[in-house]
Amino acid sequence: MDLAIYRRRKLVNRIGLTLSMGAMALGLIVLLWILVVLFKNGFSAIDWAMFTESTPAPGSEGGGLANAIVGSLLMVVVTALVSTPIGIFPGVYLAEYGDQSKTASLTRFVTDIMLSAPSIVLGLFVYAVMVAQMKHFSGWAGTMALSLIAIPVVVRTTENMLRLVPGGLREAAFGLGAPRWKVATFVTLRAARAGVMTGLLLALARISGETAPLLFTALNNQFFSTNMNAPMANLPVVIFQFAMSPYDNWVRLAGGGALLITLTVLVLNIIARVFFRDQGSR
Amino acid sequence: MNTSPSAPASASSQVQAVARRQRLEDSLFHLITWLFSMLVLLALLGIIASLFITAWPALSKFGSEFIWRVEWDIVNEEFGAAIAIFGTVISAAIALLIAVPLSFGIALFLTENCPVTLRRPLGTAIELLAAVPSIIYGMFGLFIFAPLFAQYGQPALQSTLGQMPIIGHLFGGAMNGIGILAAGIVLAFMILPFIAAVMRDVFEIVPPVLRESAYGLGCTTWEVVRYIVLPYTQKGVIGGVMLGLGRALGETMAVTFVIGNSQRITGSLFSPGSSIASTLANEFGEAADLHMSALFALGLLLFAITFVVLALAKLLIARGEKAKGTKT
Repeated sequence: MDLAIYRRRKLVNRIGLTLSMGAMALGLIVLLWILVVLFKNGFSAIDWAMFTESTPAPGSEGGGLANAIVGSLLMVVVTALVSTPIGIFPGVYLAEYGDQSKTASLTRFVTDIMLSAPSIVLGLFVYAVMVAQMKHFSGWAGTMALSLIAIPVVVRTTENMLRLVPGGLREAAFGLGAPRWKVATFVTLRAARAGVMTGLLLALARISGETAPLLFTALNNQFFSTNMNAPMANLPVVIFQFAMSPYDNWVRLAGGGALLITLTVLVLNIIARVFFRDQGSR
Repeated sequence: MNTSPSAPASASSQVQAVARRQRLEDSLFHLITWLFSMLVLLALLGIIASLFITAWPALSKFGSEFIWRVEWDIVNEEFGAAIAIFGTVISAAIALLIAVPLSFGIALFLTENCPVTLRRPLGTAIELLAAVPSIIYGMFGLFIFAPLFAQYGQPALQSTLGQMPIIGHLFGGAMNGIGILAAGIVLAFMILPFIAAVMRDVFEIVPPVLRESAYGLGCTTWEVVRYIVLPYTQKGVIGGVMLGLGRALGETMAVTFVIGNSQRITGSLFSPGSSIASTLANEFGEAADLHMSALFALGLLLFAITFVVLALAKLLIARGEKAKGTKT
């Protein structure tokens, strides 16, 4: 009787743990499978021409992704320049002044909502306030949509990283008579530098693969262009358009672009983690 | 010994001047950071206002009925959100049904069962799954998963679940791989890492004492998780699930590739449908006037739905953490 109970409990335990290992394995298999498929379809497409030629016209041979790569890089870099200051200031506010203030808890709440808000809705917003007013799609509009996605990430990581700075450091600075703004900028922010950089890298990784908001904002451009005031080619939208097209060279380029973008995002993620682990533990 | 009496006085006035300046700088600094925080709030208000204004023609024409109308006729300009809401909610529900048990398994494995040296790399691998851009999931779903699903998955489902009395008709119809069910499955693997990460984090805040005393009483690992860890972290777990739900509802690219994009509601999960986000991505390019306005109304609805879900998620996670002590 007793033994039967023990056996049953053991059995339930073993089934539960086996299933959990199965779930873990399934997750890893999916990740590996995606990577393998990406390499299989994309590796052959990566050649010199992909980086030097622009996207081909329908029906024409060859071509590359140069305009899309440059467009994506340009928009991501400008987004980083815009969203770093705009994101760090609220982060400092939340960490330094945010303990009792109602504004701060409201800001924190809204930031968290924006962090997971559907990116396509942010695209709609930018379309309504920029594209519809200016009557044309533009790289600036794309940058604005991407910034709206990146800023909440920067805000929240900045706050979290500032909170990790030991209180003693702050108190020592205050004890020396340093004013609050100096403590915030020269002591805590400097101590949390690595963490803030990590947040920025993660934000960049997130926006590099964003497609939906760019459909309504930067759209696409078949030609090489660095004019931020005109429609701008970018990797995700090109992949979206090319992947389901009937042309073989388009599909091949979509595969190459997909591999390129995934590797970029994954490498950014890994760098951010390693960087934080090395710097953050000091 | 011959210092003039004015020296201390001037020193103290100097100190006061410095203090005044610092106070001024401090309040300026406070103001600047505060203004930038306001910017975030303004962005949210701006989003709601601009969506509402652009959606107004459609909203005023169809009224609150817009939500329930089962019609999306571009030619005759008759629009209703029911079809897209149906697709959005059903595909997200399927995603949760699959992703929640799997993420629970992963979180359980990572916190209880995994060798310590493997914890970090395996955890990172799951987080990388979250980092894969959604368009990649979409392409993977369409080109790799859908053909396999049509060939093996759907016949298997039809011959098993399809034969059951009540839910049987859900698994009927043509088996071409893409459709609401396929979208739900692809979504499941997209949101899985998010839910698993939250679950792992809240599982880790369970005080070791609780766990150890249960083990000391002779509980098995499964029993510890089932009767100690889960009840303790209940709210956080539900919050994590809601976070995943919020993602699933608003996901665009992964769904657009595999859901099939047809504006119909049928009884079968195998048949193509459309979600709010996929409708937006597909039709925005050709839309004008009332059609465009109706699309914005859809976007507004999507934002409202995800807002409520995310707000609930945040509330639950925060309350779960507060009730059970602090999480760093």
